[in-house]
Amino acid sequence: MTTKIKLNNLIWLGLPIIVVAPLLLPGYTTLMTYIWVMIVLALTWDMLGGQTGYTSFGNITFFGVGMYVCAVIQRDMFTSGIDRFERVSEIVVSLSASEYFISLGTGALAGGVVAVLLAVILGSGILGMRGHYFAICTLGLGHAAAEIASGIDYIGAGSGMVTPIYPEDVVLGKEIFYFYVFFLLALVTFVVFKKIYKSQFGLALNAIRDNENKAESMGIHTTQYKVAGWSISAFFLAIAGAGVGNVIGFIDPVEIAFAGPTFGVWMIVMAILGGKGTLWGPVVGACVLYLSKEVFWTYLLGWDKVALGLMIVVIVVYFPKGIFGWVEERKQFNKLIMSQKGDGQ
Amino acid sequence: MITYLKILIESPEFLAQLLINGFLIGAIFALIAYGLALIWGVMDIINFAQGELVIFGGYITYTLFYQFGIHPILTIPIVAVVLYAYGWAIYKTIIYRLLGQKDIFITILATFGIAILMQQLMQAIFGPDVVTANPELGMQVLFDGKIIIANIQIISFLISLCVGTILFIVMRYSRFGQAIRATSQNSRAARILGIDIDKVYANTFAINAALCGIGGSLVVMIWTIHPFIGLVYTFRSFMIVILAGLGNFAGIIFAGMGVSALENVVGFIIGAEFQAAFIFCLLVIILIVRSARARKKREYIA
Repeated sequence: MTTKIKLNNLIWLGLPIIVVAPLLLPGYTTLMTYIWVMIVLALTWDMLGGQTGYTSFGNITFFGVGMYVCAVIQRDMFTSGIDRFERVSEIVVSLSASEYFISLGTGALAGGVVAVLLAVILGSGILGMRGHYFAICTLGLGHAAAEIASGIDYIGAGSGMVTPIYPEDVVLGKEIFYFYVFFLLALVTFVVFKKIYKSQFGLALNAIRDNENKAESMGIHTTQYKVAGWSISAFFLAIAGAGVGNVIGFIDPVEIAFAGPTFGVWMIVMAILGGKGTLWGPVVGACVLYLSKEVFWTYLLGWDKVALGLMIVVIVVYFPKGIFGWVEERKQFNKLIMSQKGDGQ
Repeated sequence: MITYLKILIESPEFLAQLLINGFLIGAIFALIAYGLALIWGVMDIINFAQGELVIFGGYITYTLFYQFGIHPILTIPIVAVVLYAYGWAIYKTIIYRLLGQKDIFITILATFGIAILMQQLMQAIFGPDVVTANPELGMQVLFDGKIIIANIQIISFLISLCVGTILFIVMRYSRFGQAIRATSQNSRAARILGIDIDKVYANTFAINAALCGIGGSLVVMIWTIHPFIGLVYTFRSFMIVILAGLGNFAGIIFAGMGVSALENVVGFIIGAEFQAAFIFCLLVIILIVRSARARKKREYIA
């Protein structure tokens, strides 16, 4: 009980610090922005991967879809559309401030909606599978999306797209604006997911993880629940993707949008490192992984991705419950010790 | 796209060329897929690092060929032994610790990690460039130059068939093959009857790695490889296994040849740059269709 109050106090103390953080540490604004992004990625992955027990390797699809949908809307909303003979990868749209923010908002929402539709359509097929087939199919999905995106000329094919330039006559700079955008997104995602996990819906997801056949015989339409869960994560993931496309300023189908080896793997590693199936685990995992990556990995000089692969193996083999799982285990162990002491007296 | 289709319809010898190439290479794919089917059937785990093992084998052949001047075909036994040891080591260090897990995704994640680790290590060691170890054995010209088959393709086809046959005989008639089959049918019963399950698992995983290595050294002689192409081989082997089913030896050979020939023809029609996209999409579509069909009978595929 005491720990709970302490944690809540810490959060209320933390919030104002976070809000003024970009003013205090202007050099680290981008770094902190990416931490919010990573938190969203890890949380959304954990909805299916941790709470429902379906390790998806293809969630990056929704990230890329959101990124592309938003970029296309930003490009075409206030212009007459692209010229047939123009090279799409070289089009840079300059928008006025109001146009920029309107198109960004519309694009991000549209990206979310498209991702939800995609999740519902694909999910009703893919989430009917279990086990090995599910893993293979989702892995194939992410790579298929990357390959398809690099073949469509309308979105720049293999050369990618350039997102609009951030308008100059705005009070907030680009970095600070996106810091707050992603902070809000992470906060909203966290609160929504917290509510979901406490609701009956969350219990149904956990029931599916623990024993799907039993859950089904208890009258839970498991596939529908899984599809709904996947759609919710797809929505937030797509919005995150829309924002990341604008932060980077350039979209590449394989390296950025459907980047399996970076974002796609990170979200899995972060969730497992923090402790999958817990609410705070992905958040902690995201912070730990991204900070350590930024601080230490620059010294690894090109071996950083080797370290990532090694890290997955080591975490999975020796630390599969993650930081929060470990803390939970310690707590229960201590409780056991305490209760045994009590019995003895 | 339509013009390419027209070419195929108007000149059947071109279609025949594509199909023959596909069938010959399909035997290699079948070999790799058989390894996957073996560990899937016996240990009930799937290996996301399958393609990376293939590429690793290819790089060993390449290194032996260029650094030590050994003829690529003669490197095949060396590659098989090295990969066998490597597979054994992976089993003992990683897979062995995860076998008792209730959650099958843990092992999948581990092989996924191994795949990333191997990709990046191979890039760090061998560099990101495309390499090949073509032994330059000439080619067969048939029907007045209308169909050309590289000799190495024929040789690799025969080698794959040989390896496959040996494996088939070992699995069917030897005591060791019997132990593997018994374990795949019921591992608990096999253990009760005195079979060393752990040894069987280690051997199975090592045999899979060796098969991948042989496939890889054949691939590097025919085509090119680079550190990140492994994924395509992983998906091909999954697709072949899914089409053929586990433990169906003839089915895997036919599925391998069929997938490879289909891939060649479609790759010609829609362009070689979409060949990988075609494989990924085909896999997803096949799985979704099978899942939908199972669902009608109120079943699921797992």
